[in-house]
Amino acid sequence: MPIHDQGYRRYGGRRAPHGQTWWVIARAGIMNMLRQRRFLGLLLFAWSPFIVRAVQLYVASNFQQASFLAASAETFREYLGQQSIFVFFVTIFVGAGLIANDRRANALQIYLSKPLARTEYIVGKLVTLVVFLVGVTWVPAMLLLVLQIMFAGSTAFVARNLYLFPAITLYSLAQVFTSAFAMLALSSMSKSSRFVGVMYAGIIFFTAAMYNAVRAMTGSSAFAWLSPQDCLEIIGNAIFRVRSGYVIPVPVAVLSLVVIIVGSIAILERRVRGVEVVT
Amino acid sequence: MPETLTAVDTSPAAASPSDITVALDRVSVRYGRNWALRDVSATFQRGAVGLLGPNGAGKSTMIKALLGFVVPDRGEMRVLGMNVKTSPLPIRARIGYMPESDAHIPGMSAVAFVAYCGELAGLPRADAMQRAHEVLYYVGLGEARYRNVETYSTGMKQRIKLAQALVHDPDLLFLDEPTNGMDPKGRDEMLELIRDIAHNKGLNLILSSHLLPDVEYTCDHVVVMDKGSVATQGPIEALKGKGGRVFELRVKGDVGRFIETLRAAGLDCHATDEDIMRVFVPDGRDARYLFQLASQHGVQVRHLRPSVPTLEDVFAHAVGEK
Repeated sequence: MPIHDQGYRRYGGRRAPHGQTWWVIARAGIMNMLRQRRFLGLLLFAWSPFIVRAVQLYVASNFQQASFLAASAETFREYLGQQSIFVFFVTIFVGAGLIANDRRANALQIYLSKPLARTEYIVGKLVTLVVFLVGVTWVPAMLLLVLQIMFAGSTAFVARNLYLFPAITLYSLAQVFTSAFAMLALSSMSKSSRFVGVMYAGIIFFTAAMYNAVRAMTGSSAFAWLSPQDCLEIIGNAIFRVRSGYVIPVPVAVLSLVVIIVGSIAILERRVRGVEVVT
Repeated sequence: MPETLTAVDTSPAAASPSDITVALDRVSVRYGRNWALRDVSATFQRGAVGLLGPNGAGKSTMIKALLGFVVPDRGEMRVLGMNVKTSPLPIRARIGYMPESDAHIPGMSAVAFVAYCGELAGLPRADAMQRAHEVLYYVGLGEARYRNVETYSTGMKQRIKLAQALVHDPDLLFLDEPTNGMDPKGRDEMLELIRDIAHNKGLNLILSSHLLPDVEYTCDHVVVMDKGSVATQGPIEALKGKGGRVFELRVKGDVGRFIETLRAAGLDCHATDEDIMRVFVPDGRDARYLFQLASQHGVQVRHLRPSVPTLEDVFAHAVGEK
């Protein structure tokens, strides 16, 4: 009996309404990353500063001699600043191949021949990256805040610094979405995830080096808008009400990041297509 | 034009709307300065329809336009009664697409890939997985379904592309060059599968190919394309016509001049391989007329054999006529 006679049945079951496919893509992407031991190792490493900070909060709350370690708003600002290195590595590890690998395997035409819009595809990929970035920024920072309450046995600190909840959220989102959009756009421009990773690292280092060179020459931080990392610093300082050493106003830094995000969306709109037309 | 090769009227007026899966009305697609499709009007009947044409004829562009990958410069397209421009997602929920080039989701086993495609098409997770197993067995990849797709041979990759197109049980399949790169055995099995899908499983399909035997074996209707427009379309049997007024002919003498003579006399002819030509003789005339013409022009007839019109004749006639 020919193999095809073993049967093909028509499907009469339920079908999900349109607009939910982004979650299928995101879930597959997240599960794919969680299956990789090297990535789990990186995630674990990214949480090590959290453990250090948790110990700090515990000691400061329970030992009077260590009261100089007591938490302040700046503690959380510093913590999120430290996490930016892990944001960098997680962005490269997770994001570099998100679209580049699909382009290499011609998967875009498979995706876009299914009932999903290009926006859903991009959102699915974005959520994959955002979940892990939030996992190394917002989630541990919020947990630290909760731990502070638990170790201190009082809500006095939180009551005094209630703005920390929106501050942590806002700054984390600024870090996460700038990195995620920029990486997705780069990933859509190549078929090699390695090249994308190198390109992303190159852009981050090159812009920072360029700004530092200009600052060394001019002695002014007026060109900080050249470097996304420094723009994030400026925004972070403003959000956490920390004194900033930069001379450019916060709206300029915000504008610089908005330009990156809008530019990335424009690139994604152009590159994520079922067919590549070369004219 | 000889009657045996007259294009059959397949305009929307000739077929009821329920018999039509795809309709294009004056569709033009341009890549830069080049027109890939030029004022194409065509209808695709239910069942298996071949989209035939040489490389660069516009077949893949037509499929990509129907999928919404390429936006036409003008014209209207309808798939399963829905407008491609206004209802792309409902259309894609009811079609399956097997692309021409290698395509898969990286880093997945075959069963995970096909199940994932089912989920992308809206199937619940459990149903998608169940259908993935079934469909992989159906296309002959049951034993290899836990292997990573990237380790598959070319033939297996063709099958997995068919499986992902079938997993959500579409009403219409677009198959773009499905036998590309397959060995003869694999090609025969793939054609058998396609034939089974169209004739026994109740799915409609559009098979794009430049291989005439593939289309002739699997399809009932054909749309022949050339240089971005439709050369002819209709049921294959009707296009081939009935009766045998096609002759294989080999002559000795000035062949080029004799071909011109035949064409001037209203006989259509085209060369096959080497010195054999196929001549279409219209009703009311027979082989003796060929001998007369040969005699008049001092050409010796070395071989004359009545033949049955094939899709190749339809294709050569349609493309040659343009």
